[in-house]
Amino acid sequence: MTARDVVLARVRRALRDVPPEETPADVEVVRSGPSTAPLTPGHVELFAERVAQYRARVVRCVPDDLVATLVPLLEDVSTLLVPFDLPRGLRPAGPRHIEDRQLPTGELDAVDGVLTTARLGIVETGTIVLDHGPGQGRRAATLVPDIHVCVLWADQLVAGVPEAIVNLDPTRPHTWISGPSATSDIELERVEGVHGPRTLRVVLVG
Amino acid sequence: MSATFVGMPTFPVAAGTALADSQLRRNLAHATSTIRTKRAEVVREVDAWEQLRVAGATLKDRTLRHLDVYLEQLETALTAAGATVHWARDADEANRIVVDIARLHGTDEVVKVKSMTTAEIGLNDALEAAGIHAWETDLAELIVQLGDDLPSHILVPAIHRNRAEIREIFLREMERVGRPAPADLTDAPLELAAAARDHLREKFLRARVAVSGANFAVAETGTLAVVESEGNGRMCLTLPEVLISIVGIEKLLPTWADLDVFLQTLPRSSTGERMNPYTSLWSGVTPGDGPQQVHVVLLDNGRTDVLADTVGRQALRCIRCSACLNICPVYERTGGHSYGSVYPGPIGAILNPMMRGVGQDAQLDALPYASSLCGACFDVCPVRIDIPEVLVHLRTKVVDAHRGRRPTPQDLVMRAASWTLASSARTARSTRLAGLAARVLSRRGLRSAPGGRRVLGALPRPAAGWSGARDVPLPPAESFRSWWSRAGRDAR
Ligand code: SF4
Repeated sequence: MTARDVVLARVRRALRDVPPEETPADVEVVRSGPSTAPLTPGHVELFAERVAQYRARVVRCVPDDLVATLVPLLEDVSTLLVPFDLPRGLRPAGPRHIEDRQLPTGELDAVDGVLTTARLGIVETGTIVLDHGPGQGRRAATLVPDIHVCVLWADQLVAGVPEAIVNLDPTRPHTWISGPSATSDIELERVEGVHGPRTLRVVLVG
Repeated sequence: MSATFVGMPTFPVAAGTALADSQLRRNLAHATSTIRTKRAEVVREVDAWEQLRVAGATLKDRTLRHLDVYLEQLETALTAAGATVHWARDADEANRIVVDIARLHGTDEVVKVKSMTTAEIGLNDALEAAGIHAWETDLAELIVQLGDDLPSHILVPAIHRNRAEIREIFLREMERVGRPAPADLTDAPLELAAAARDHLREKFLRARVAVSGANFAVAETGTLAVVESEGNGRMCLTLPEVLISIVGIEKLLPTWADLDVFLQTLPRSSTGERMNPYTSLWSGVTPGDGPQQVHVVLLDNGRTDVLADTVGRQALRCIRCSACLNICPVYERTGGHSYGSVYPGPIGAILNPMMRGVGQDAQLDALPYASSLCGACFDVCPVRIDIPEVLVHLRTKVVDAHRGRRPTPQDLVMRAASWTLASSARTARSTRLAGLAARVLSRRGLRSAPGGRRVLGALPRPAAGWSGARDVPLPPAESFRSWWSRAGRDAR
């Protein structure tokens, strides 16, 4: 018998009390589905507030001002990483750009900032979700550099976690980001920044 | 370390030592009360909290009652996503699988993201024995590892260390295993965190193999989830070429949509945040992004024994949030080390004896008694595990396992007590005797409990075992009965 056979046999033996005709659906689970109510301007406001509560910087702007808004947010970045498929219109003049085409990890570590878009934002928790599709970079790109500037459009917001989950594609990898990297491991004092970006700046468009 | 810390004294003995450590008690009280308050605030924000608890409990029950089906489904989904699935009956088998994979890739080091499961199976020791260094990358785990210490809390394993101690450990130990701490390091948490960042960065960039656990495993999609704060998890899950995730078979969820319940309840119950800084979700291999060789080890190691216990099965719902630790009056005072296991607190008190079996080990058999059955753990548990119910159930099992052996002094005392209390005349006589005894005893053998209460010292045999774990208050010189018959009538 393989380990697989043994473990599965143990599981079946342990579950002898479960009637053979019972199906998973017979175990009733009561839960409310995701809400379909449209978001209001108040939601956008709340999202900005909640992101800021994690000590991330949030800047709001109208679409026409986006590039101008980005300039001061990238002031302290000397080398900026951009996903190779970041839309042209999103690349501000200013810091030196490097396009990420599978940059070796060592070189990634020498870059100090990264600019990406996101898949969606969750109002209730102030969370940004990346599914690492176009404009969002591979997972390491938003992890190794110390400053992450992330552009999100107001129509990408969803109300809560259930609404986020139904909108995401499970075949993609996801990174959920709620503020900069943090730890409270030393005497429970919250400190921003251990391994992920120590600075998170969010531009909320529209 | 194995599932219980080797050579660990039983709970009552270890608790006695912990209680005397006032630094530990202060740190613990501060930690547990701070997290408790934060949790209460963010839980209050959620109107449907109780529904989420019920949904979480029933989703886990659905999974557990049909676990064989979901395990096979998970295996199929993971394999389709490019992962290699391994099965491990016990700790040794899981450790061997990890060692073999590391050897296959010719590496002498792995980076690790904090995982209770790998602590449970003693993976670090197994790797060291095979000549492979296992680098813990969670800040608290790093502190524990560098300090050659044991974790004391699921969530904040180094809560028993203060900043000055951490600074000392970093200055002394970092240079032995890699990049040294800066010589001018102060004990400011920000600086200590920065030292850890620099120390570990070279390891993240260099390591070819990473080991993780998983908070959830979705059967339908093969998705694994790692919920964390620092970004060390993301480093491990993303930078190395090879990723090995060790997943206890109780971590499964049926569908992707089910994640929403737990991604709401876990962060709020655990760190008291609306959401933790980072959550990673992935399924197998993503071409061009992250590890291109992904292994998943499905681990039993006693879990099927818990599953077979129809009362105790609910313990497998546990999502390791640590809310029950933070609310527990026993844990708050004795700390995690007293439980002698990587699973401390109320959940540890039921999980450890069930995973390892009762009636063989005094250390494990003592755990179901490490509770006042106040029920606070059930109230905070996001998956509604009725811990007091399981504790009582296990006490019965412990007693049953010892039945037929020579009666212990405790058995004899209980028998005598039930004979005495069955008659009011006998009760009255015995309280008068106790008062008399108190007057005699107050002249000798007294000591002070924490807080200055006068208590009896160790009682002579055969009561020594009982008084060893309890402070015996000095009996009152006069019983209530005799006070009432003397003064009560006048008061009327
Ligand atoms: S038993 Fe419940 S409260 Fe305790 S750690 Fe597990 S899930 Fe959290």
